[in-house]
Amino acid sequence: MGELRLMKGNEVLAEAAIRCGCDGYFGYPITPQSEVMETLMARQPWNETGMTVLQAESEVASINMVYGAAATGKKVMTSSSSPGISLMAEGISYIAGAELPCLIVNVQRGGPGLGTIQPSQADYFQSVKGGGHGDYKMIVLAPASVQEMNDFVDLGFELAFKYRNPAMILADGAIGQMMEKVELADQKPRWTKEQIVEMSSDWATTGKTANRKKNIVTSLEMDSDKMEENNLRFQKKYQKMEEEEVRYEAIQCDDAEFVIVAFGTSARVCQKAVEIARAKGLKVGLLRPITLFPFPKKAIQELARKAKGFLSVEMSAGQMVEDIKLSVYEAGSNARVNHFGRMGGIIPTPDEVVEALEEKFSWELSYGVKRSY
Amino acid sequence: MELNVVTKPEEIMDIKEIIKPENLVYQKSEVLNDDVMHYCPGCSHGVVHKILAELIEEMGLQEKTVGVAPVGCAVFAYNYIDIDWQEAAHGRAPAVATGIVRVNPDNFVFTYQGDGDLASIGAGEIMHACNRGENILVIFINNGIYGMTGGQMAPTTLEGMVTATTPFGRNVDLNGYPMKITNLIAQLPGTSYVTRQAVHTAATVRKCKRSLKKAIQNVLDKKGTSFVEVVSTCNSGWKMSPVEANNWMEENMIPYYPLGDLKDSVKGEHSDN
Repeated sequence: MGELRLMKGNEVLAEAAIRCGCDGYFGYPITPQSEVMETLMARQPWNETGMTVLQAESEVASINMVYGAAATGKKVMTSSSSPGISLMAEGISYIAGAELPCLIVNVQRGGPGLGTIQPSQADYFQSVKGGGHGDYKMIVLAPASVQEMNDFVDLGFELAFKYRNPAMILADGAIGQMMEKVELADQKPRWTKEQIVEMSSDWATTGKTANRKKNIVTSLEMDSDKMEENNLRFQKKYQKMEEEEVRYEAIQCDDAEFVIVAFGTSARVCQKAVEIARAKGLKVGLLRPITLFPFPKKAIQELARKAKGFLSVEMSAGQMVEDIKLSVYEAGSNARVNHFGRMGGIIPTPDEVVEALEEKFSWELSYGVKRSY
Repeated sequence: MELNVVTKPEEIMDIKEIIKPENLVYQKSEVLNDDVMHYCPGCSHGVVHKILAELIEEMGLQEKTVGVAPVGCAVFAYNYIDIDWQEAAHGRAPAVATGIVRVNPDNFVFTYQGDGDLASIGAGEIMHACNRGENILVIFINNGIYGMTGGQMAPTTLEGMVTATTPFGRNVDLNGYPMKITNLIAQLPGTSYVTRQAVHTAATVRKCKRSLKKAIQNVLDKKGTSFVEVVSTCNSGWKMSPVEANNWMEENMIPYYPLGDLKDSVKGEHSDN
């Protein structure tokens, strides 16, 4: 068993980055995730593993530093919170377009605009549908515990390098700020120059040697036919992610008539809501998407064959609910899909969730049959 | 005095003699690729590319160099010089270069940026990279205009200068003043060598090459940021012939952006320039 500690989610991100052999972190302070860089600066990993940590002048600069460093084949990351991620959207689009691996953490807060520093899940669309310009996707991991904040750093890098694509950890202020027990991984060494050349010299700017052509890292292609080829290659990659990288957790879904779908902090609340509902005799289960892109569409479609209804519980006005609706619709199911959410930085309570479930599905609960429409 | 300009037949070299290595007076750098450049005839970019490629070759830096191309006319710089390159978003080259050099401190990293890229949209990134004293070379091509997008006003456009977005000339009340950003850069303690050069005559090309060599050596010696502005022509954007553009630059650009070193010190020192 690895080292056990009681830590904040944000602190764990920093610790996990060092331990997974990350080469560089570039960031800019923003609440509620500033502890990531603060922890890194206090730990001084440059003395221990040689990891670089730099406070950039803006989120625009930090994501472009990530772009530069990632293009050399190194393991690099940044973290921010919602308004900062908006500023990074340009850079993320370039990173996706240049097919570079990197890890981006969004510890979400409420919006729009400056909004609030309290937790939110209103950046779902921004994370899974693009955010920046052009047709691109990121692998989006949604941690629901401090332990997963730790685990997803390593996993995020693994997937980013597997697909040469940006990966995002989409957390929220609650996961970032709360303290929980966490089992830390053992220290992994950083990749050596030789390992990086071995792995990435066919694309990375590792230095042009006599035995290879120069590498140009760019997202630019002026020839439309070639650009479309690039676009098609990206889409194929995203499709492969959808086939191979879906991750989710199903809790008491086997006999569920009603399935709550929730990720991150909402999923923690809904686990309790399932217990309360079950105690009331309601057959309720919880499907927790771990990857938001790729979305666990097939799992939902499988459940839609039996379930009477789905309740998407999000700390937003309802964003993931659209993906659930699309999944259910494509499966030809009659199951009804509803949304319950709180905004403004408010975390819903388990009782509220059960109440919403009873209210929104009162027809199904009274008549016990599927409503057809 | 009698002038004898007639070469005796026995003194004329034949072609085999001429191409002997010891008789070679000029050779295209191996680091310069054979691709036909997209730059307009008369443009300064080609000359700067050439001397940069020569220096990379002469100083034996090909394997450790990473160039960062801008958005602007030099967006395709990566096609012409045979090194690893990264294409940056508009204005972000100094941040990209920071990322590269921070995790690869032994590499020689340079950015190649125009005036719109460096002094307008990327003003924040260049100031902070220079202020941190990032160990990079910045090559700043200042031709007072946005070339690639069709000749719009740049921060360095001279007062009264006609561009696509200042059809009646740059009006300082409306558009502000031509920005001497290199003078601002020279104030930053992170920079070690800040100079303003040109490449419109054989003499200035040689001088510019000497400055660039010194700037590169400073980066190799980890002395902080070296910054080389090249006051340049954009004859297409200026709507002039190459010769007219060179003359116009001498008469108008160079008086406002005088050539010479603005700072030559070590990192950490302030400049009084």
